[in-house]
Amino acid sequence: MAIEITMPALSPTMEEGTLATWLVKVGDTVASGDVLAEIETDKATMEVESIDDGVVAKILVEAGTDEVKVGTLIAILAEEGEDPNALDTPTKASSAPDNQGNTAEGAKAETLTEVTETAAQPKPAIVAEDVHIPDGTPMQNITVREALRDAMAEEMRLDPDVFVMGEEVAEYQGAYKVTQGLLDEFGSERVVDTPITEHGFAGLGAGAAFAGLKPVIEFMTFNFAMQAIDHIINSAAKTRYMSGGLVECPIVFRGPNGAASRVGAQHSQNYASWYANVPGLIVIAPYDAADNKGLLKAAIRNPNPVVFLENELMYGESFDVPDMEEYVVPIGKARTFREGTDVTIISYSITVGQALRAAEKLAEEGISAEVIDLRTIRPLDIDAVIESVKKTNRCVVAEEGWPQCSVASDISAQLMEQAFDWLDAPVTRVNSVDVPLPYAANLEKAAVVDADKIIAAAKAVCYEE
Amino acid sequence: MTTKKNTTKSTSKSSSTKASPRRRAVKSAMYRPSDDDLIAFYRQMLLIRRFEEKAGQMYGMGLIGGFCHLYIGQEAVVTGVQTALKDGDKVISGYREHGHLLAVGADPKAVMAELTGRSGGVSQGKGGSMHMFDPARGFYGGHGIVGAQVALGTGLGFANKYRKTDNVSVAYFGDGAANQGQVYESFNMARIWNLPVIYIIENNQYAMGTSVSRSSSQVELFRRGESFNIEGKQVDGMNVLAVRGAMEEAVKICREGKGPAILEMKTYRYRGHSMSDPAKYRSKEEVKKMRAEHDPIDQVKEMILKAGVMDEAALKDVDKEMKSIISDAAAFAQECPEPELSELYTDVMA
Ligand SMILES: Cc1ncc(C[n+]2csc(CCOP(=O)(O)OP(=O)(O)O)c2C)c(N)n1
Ligand SMILES: [Mg+2]
Repeated sequence: MAIEITMPALSPTMEEGTLATWLVKVGDTVASGDVLAEIETDKATMEVESIDDGVVAKILVEAGTDEVKVGTLIAILAEEGEDPNALDTPTKASSAPDNQGNTAEGAKAETLTEVTETAAQPKPAIVAEDVHIPDGTPMQNITVREALRDAMAEEMRLDPDVFVMGEEVAEYQGAYKVTQGLLDEFGSERVVDTPITEHGFAGLGAGAAFAGLKPVIEFMTFNFAMQAIDHIINSAAKTRYMSGGLVECPIVFRGPNGAASRVGAQHSQNYASWYANVPGLIVIAPYDAADNKGLLKAAIRNPNPVVFLENELMYGESFDVPDMEEYVVPIGKARTFREGTDVTIISYSITVGQALRAAEKLAEEGISAEVIDLRTIRPLDIDAVIESVKKTNRCVVAEEGWPQCSVASDISAQLMEQAFDWLDAPVTRVNSVDVPLPYAANLEKAAVVDADKIIAAAKAVCYEE
Repeated sequence: MTTKKNTTKSTSKSSSTKASPRRRAVKSAMYRPSDDDLIAFYRQMLLIRRFEEKAGQMYGMGLIGGFCHLYIGQEAVVTGVQTALKDGDKVISGYREHGHLLAVGADPKAVMAELTGRSGGVSQGKGGSMHMFDPARGFYGGHGIVGAQVALGTGLGFANKYRKTDNVSVAYFGDGAANQGQVYESFNMARIWNLPVIYIIENNQYAMGTSVSRSSSQVELFRRGESFNIEGKQVDGMNVLAVRGAMEEAVKICREGKGPAILEMKTYRYRGHSMSDPAKYRSKEEVKKMRAEHDPIDQVKEMILKAGVMDEAALKDVDKEMKSIISDAAAFAQECPEPELSELYTDVMA
């Protein structure tokens, strides 16, 4: 039987890629493991290996073709003993869902739409007012990944005490390519690859910060910062206080936080409320590229230890960022992303996108939702939340993370203490389901926060069906 | 099974960098296999290879999500280690564990169905590629946090000793994991309490994009136990007989209450770290050379042919059989339904 070679998915989020080059031609004999072609994604160039022995019978997608969807038939191999010339090209290119059983097909299609949906992030109706952007400032459309890299590069140019350290940050250019190019520009003394020793290099970073350096410590993901949490809390957060203000720890701990895509329970946790519980720490969790850039710059300049929570699923998303030298966003100020009068939806990080999507749909149904992005979790801009609630009298807090002792719980408690008389309905939390994140596609989808869950909660507090 | 002393010189000598002035590395004797052993090794390794190739292919088709770390190239390690164990021994590993599941005897269908996230998976579809468990066969995961399995595996060994059995535990971990602090905390405890733990360092020379020489002050990882007075040995992890030979000794030490032991398996992964790794940190020639000169399956194949245990045609039939087992597993993994939605809430607590 002919062996069909399809455009492979090379990462959990890849949907299409460029077929850069073919390394074989029709008639070539290939063995399992031989490289057939090179494909390019937004992150990297990768090789497509043959999974079987055979002879290349047909090449169906030419080298240089862009936007080849994952699952597209790209070549056909004839198996040993088969006549390559006698093989028919299937009329329909096989794609992933075609190869699935019925139950799975539906689920997979849904997952794919979800990814596509995230691809077009809703744009804010209101630009942040807290940074003075001179008239005529041009905008650059860049990804969150680039925004973060630019923030680090700019601060490193300005301050020789700033350095970046972490696993795969230098030669590999970052596990998620966030530190791309930094090694080239700043060299290996300032962009430092570490062994896999989170507890060690977080402590080393805190010690270097005691001595006045300004480390930016990258955790490959925040799930691995649990190895290092003792230094983040006991060493970095408490030293200023314990020393009566004599020793400070100007350090940034940054990296992706929260669920990615089907990476399972141990790689899918949101730590915002954990760190937000700790006096002495600043906790930032931005949504769009401008805030990622402006807040990371502010974090690096800040004399306190900062936990900077990024989101892997947002790295590839593009947004407008003011193209100006000093784009620094103040820490501790929430941002109104969309104005509304009926209900306030509070969120942060990736969930802001879901909240905006929910607000759009609610508007179609006549409910006017105000969307607030907290941006900084500690210190929390509760005043901005209260101001909004005074206007709408109803509040939903949406957060990708477990409900108990969450950021949403805290906001709910503070609103009860400080804005009880303004509320016309109980503050409602929309959190992930209270279970470790499952791997199965259908279960994962059911576990996380989505726009529909936010819409349902918003309608409930408005007492509408 | 008896282990006779090997009289012929070890053929494939693994390159040991910077010989330490402190102590000479001592090698274990090669395992002397019976004809049946050779066939069993061949079948086991080929099953893992074909399984992983299929998994890679299915990942490319979007049927497997998240991270997927393939074991291709390292098959001799798990095969040599597992065949030296007995009932009641306990095993634990990291996220590159599909091969370990197969080697403890898990059904390829259930392993593949875990990869597709289906109800028929070893972890009911809830764990995925990195979190597979099969305690009935002594397999305790499947851990995504680098280094965690070392302390956990030490605990499995503690339990064996506590219960006064002569069972051992095996903790598999990578060269990158060998730099985590908890590894040394574990070594220390294992020595002071003489725990029956065999630490298998699967040194495939890279942790993601970081070579051992860039991450380790002592690149001879078998020496990492020296300051804890744990004997370590370096083993050609591409040769299943070397692996098995070293294991025979380590198991003996541990069963006699004189554990722990450290075995550094010099091995190699052919594929990227995970499916999304472009592997720019090493040359294609390096990979090619390894495949051509040290492939664990080819080595056993040669032994089989040389000893006349099977001929080419019979070996091909074995390959056909493995391919058909794997294609059944792949079909099952796609046909099997996803878990019931109600499963979302089960198993959180007892
Ligand atoms: C505590 C922790 N830090 C980082 C990671 C990310 N990570 C996953 S695998 C890996 C490399 C591990 O290399 P090695 O131990 O050599 O095992 P191999 O992948 O080669 O089998 C890294 C850094 C993780 N999973 N856990
Ligand atoms: Mg390794």
